[in-house]
Amino acid sequence: MYQTTYHRASSVDEAAALFAKGSEAKYLSGGQTLLPVMKQRLASPSDVIDLAKIKELIGIDASGDTLTIKAATPHYDVATSDAAKKAIPAVAYLASLIGDPAVRYRGTIGGSLANNDPAADYPAATLALGATIKTNKRSIAADDYFKGLFATALEDGEIITAVSFPVPVKAGYAKFPHPASRFALTGVFVAQTKAGDVRVAVTGASQSGVMRVAAIEAALKANWAASAIDSVSIPSSGLLSDLHGSADYRANLIKVMAQRAVTAAG
Amino acid sequence: MGVEGIGASVVRKEDKRFITGKGRYVDDVKLPGMTYAHFIRSPHAHAKVKGIDASAALKLPGVVAVLNGKQIVDDKVGNLICGWAITSKDGSPMKMGAWPAMAPETVRFVGQAVAVVIAESKNLARDAAEAVVVDYEELPAVANVTEAIKAGAPQLHPEAPGNQIYDWVIGDENAVNDAFSKAANVVKLDVTNNRLAPNPMEPRSAVADYNEAEEHFTLYTTSQNPHVARLVLSAFYNIAPEHKLRVIAPDVGGGFGSKIYIYPEEMVALWASKKVGRPVKWTGDRTEAFLTDAHGRDHVTHAEMAFDANNKILGFRVKTYANFGAYMSLFSSAVPTYLYATLLSGQYDVPAIHAEVIAVYTNTTPVDAYRGAGRPEASYLIERMMETAARQLKVDPAALRKTNFITQFPHQTPVIMAYDIGDFNASLDAAMKAIDYAGFAGRKAQAKAQGKLRGIGVSCYIEACGIAPSKAVGSLGAGVGLWESAEVRVNPVGTIEVLTGSHSHGQGHETVFAQLISDRLGIPISQVSIVHGDTDKVQFGMGTYGSRSAAVGLTAILKAVEKVESKAKKIAAHALEASEADIVIENGEFKVTGTDKAIALPMVALAAYTAHNLPDGMEPGLKESAFYDPSNFTFPAGAYICELEVDPGTGKTSFVNFVAADDFGRLINPMIVEGQVHGGLAQGIGQALLEHAVYDANGQPITASFMDYTMPRADDLPSFKLSHTTTLCPGNPLGIKGCGEAGAIGASAAVINAITDAIGKNNLEMPATPDRVWRTIHAA
Repeated sequence: MYQTTYHRASSVDEAAALFAKGSEAKYLSGGQTLLPVMKQRLASPSDVIDLAKIKELIGIDASGDTLTIKAATPHYDVATSDAAKKAIPAVAYLASLIGDPAVRYRGTIGGSLANNDPAADYPAATLALGATIKTNKRSIAADDYFKGLFATALEDGEIITAVSFPVPVKAGYAKFPHPASRFALTGVFVAQTKAGDVRVAVTGASQSGVMRVAAIEAALKANWAASAIDSVSIPSSGLLSDLHGSADYRANLIKVMAQRAVTAAG
Repeated sequence: MGVEGIGASVVRKEDKRFITGKGRYVDDVKLPGMTYAHFIRSPHAHAKVKGIDASAALKLPGVVAVLNGKQIVDDKVGNLICGWAITSKDGSPMKMGAWPAMAPETVRFVGQAVAVVIAESKNLARDAAEAVVVDYEELPAVANVTEAIKAGAPQLHPEAPGNQIYDWVIGDENAVNDAFSKAANVVKLDVTNNRLAPNPMEPRSAVADYNEAEEHFTLYTTSQNPHVARLVLSAFYNIAPEHKLRVIAPDVGGGFGSKIYIYPEEMVALWASKKVGRPVKWTGDRTEAFLTDAHGRDHVTHAEMAFDANNKILGFRVKTYANFGAYMSLFSSAVPTYLYATLLSGQYDVPAIHAEVIAVYTNTTPVDAYRGAGRPEASYLIERMMETAARQLKVDPAALRKTNFITQFPHQTPVIMAYDIGDFNASLDAAMKAIDYAGFAGRKAQAKAQGKLRGIGVSCYIEACGIAPSKAVGSLGAGVGLWESAEVRVNPVGTIEVLTGSHSHGQGHETVFAQLISDRLGIPISQVSIVHGDTDKVQFGMGTYGSRSAAVGLTAILKAVEKVESKAKKIAAHALEASEADIVIENGEFKVTGTDKAIALPMVALAAYTAHNLPDGMEPGLKESAFYDPSNFTFPAGAYICELEVDPGTGKTSFVNFVAADDFGRLINPMIVEGQVHGGLAQGIGQALLEHAVYDANGQPITASFMDYTMPRADDLPSFKLSHTTTLCPGNPLGIKGCGEAGAIGASAAVINAITDAIGKNNLEMPATPDRVWRTIHAA
């Protein structure tokens, strides 16, 4: 690891001010990506600004038609939250599948979404549920937020403060983990919204990061049943292909995991 | 057996220190004035080193020195050796390319060191390493054995034309040809045995300390065999004469074979500590472990088996290409020859065997012994072959095995090994009963109704452990003897220290070896200390690998304690005014049999050391040593059966049941044996389903981290059901066979046999990843 200066921010405003002062500052949330990368000397931020202890960034709130998870809330809290389990059980379930217990105690939803790893779990729920990403500057719709591999609509220095998920009629998540990393080799989140839409988001499979799958959405809108996906054909073009999953295997997993997500959603 | 004697599942003495973080590993060693080494490693699989410019690095803070391969060659540090000479079928010796500890001219695998930075801290050394400019001229590379043997392939070593190290044969080719000419059926099989990275929990580490006034080196190192390390460093690498080199292997966090070898980093640390006049520490990180710890397996094999009309095996023909990586590691040459082809008879009566093994250089990390070492490759091949044959001959796989089992012992195979004892029907029957083999068809049908593909797979393995006797292995080309030594010291107050040449790096010797003393002398294991891992304390020893430490190391201790008992009985008889023949040892006392006259061990010991009243002519003291050279290998064997389900939608395998029936001879501590089997099975299953060290066509490793290399996790594994069917080994007085490698040897074939049974297709390579299984299910 290279030399860096560590700051523990006590408020979002203080964090943003520290960021502005640093020459090449980085925010630290759960540190599940940034710290390993720094240890490998692949990142050398001048300043590391820790957001994880900012009280206003931690907590889960379910009220009315919205589940709001504040950005520095660790996955473990979401996975075990009664409010989350009641409002959108598929989100709590998704959080329970991230990494291992050590990762879930540290990793946060804000960190996951800011990093936007193409195989992370949260982007699937965020996009499928049409969530809103709230920052210290604005609100960003999920459809406008994800910009490809590790790329988002966040501006330099912008801090995610919370994510608001509209409570759906039904939702389900099915993940096929990468055997080594346990990220999603392919994960599919399906949701039937209160407005009557069906939204399906896939993580882990695409070369462009999390994506919606119109063909499955159309099939499920016509008939909300796993069998409705039987006849859907998923092209393998544009999908990731590596040692653990060829593109056509991932294409198959999109379909199979979507069916299992529908079954899980009920 | 006492409560802590042979056969008792005593809780491990060493665990308190390990569990509470009080273990003392090499990286815990901190010496005054210590410096830190960081290696500069080749990013290329094959390249010329045109130049190394360290001028900028040397100006950075805290940099002590930057040393390179030319300097180590100029200082006449020896090239790395391979300690087992193999002769090709044309009579020529194996063709070994030179392997300097740091590459002076040519790098041949990604990760090979070209230079080392010595600095005041690890971080400063890393900073400086980034400022060293190495000018490489890239050369074409080849990573795969099939490509490396082709005409026109990139050539690694001028000494080995065609990248061929040897072309070795064993067995009677004519007899095999005859057998095939008479065969009613011939079964053919191509298998790949996947390359594995060993990944012990503790990465390798070395602390070297040169004392200029004494011209003496001390090396703390992560070794499974510190005496062998000293011997090789002294005799071949010219580091220092043996009496000027102390090697200490303190607590070592796992080895699995990868810490048998003497690696470049240890050599460089020693050499550098003299160069800079200060202690030098190097501790590898996980990436370095992936790049430089000797890998395991990596065979490509074509095999054919001939059967008569009654499904009896007539002959077995095998041709194997073994990928050795870029250099010949210390025991690499023995692994696909004498540790592999000599086991090709398996548990079966095979009248004729012929095997040809071609060893090949590639631009990859060197390959050497890894848990099982040759025997997993042999067992996997035979057991895949038996399963394939059963399918082709349309007979039950268990029945085909039983038709061909060896039932008379001793049994001389056509490939050197003389099996001393075993009962293969007993272990297979026990495993079949444990898994309810007879009820499988019903369970398969039930699973099918739920959309799952269920399969069952049998694997009947045999291995040769406790490699010996020394004279025999010497005649086969081994550069060392394979005996073991021990010393039993009874202190004046009756506590005991046992010095052993075996080395514990997780096996539990401190408990198991003490149990023998407890059993013999009737004293608690708390009064016994096991001393190992230090060439200044233990006279000599061959270390721990090949499941040898109970069968060979413990027997040496037995020989020494027998001598102690004999002398102690004389002292006791003298003190008790009785005949030596009437003295028996019970509960820590020497008793005159049939009387109440007794003298406790501490009093005997005290008498030995005060020497006030010893029998005439007896030397004082109570300390004896022994060297034990076994008369034969031992032959652990057993049967594993795996039942699993495959999800046809994803190709994912889920275990339903995994049963093991092992014959390890006598068990000293059944709990530790159980742990050994669990660990071995995890590694065997890991090979079958998960683990694979992969290179791209240019020799770039693409699985050099845990993000890509799948280590088995607890939830990848079933809950094992273990049992034992025991025949005592006649070759050693305790009847021990060894248990350390069995799981890794036998498990992988059981898993692949079960998956291929489930999906109804026989061709499936390891690791059977979900993608591969799914593709095989849906292949035309």
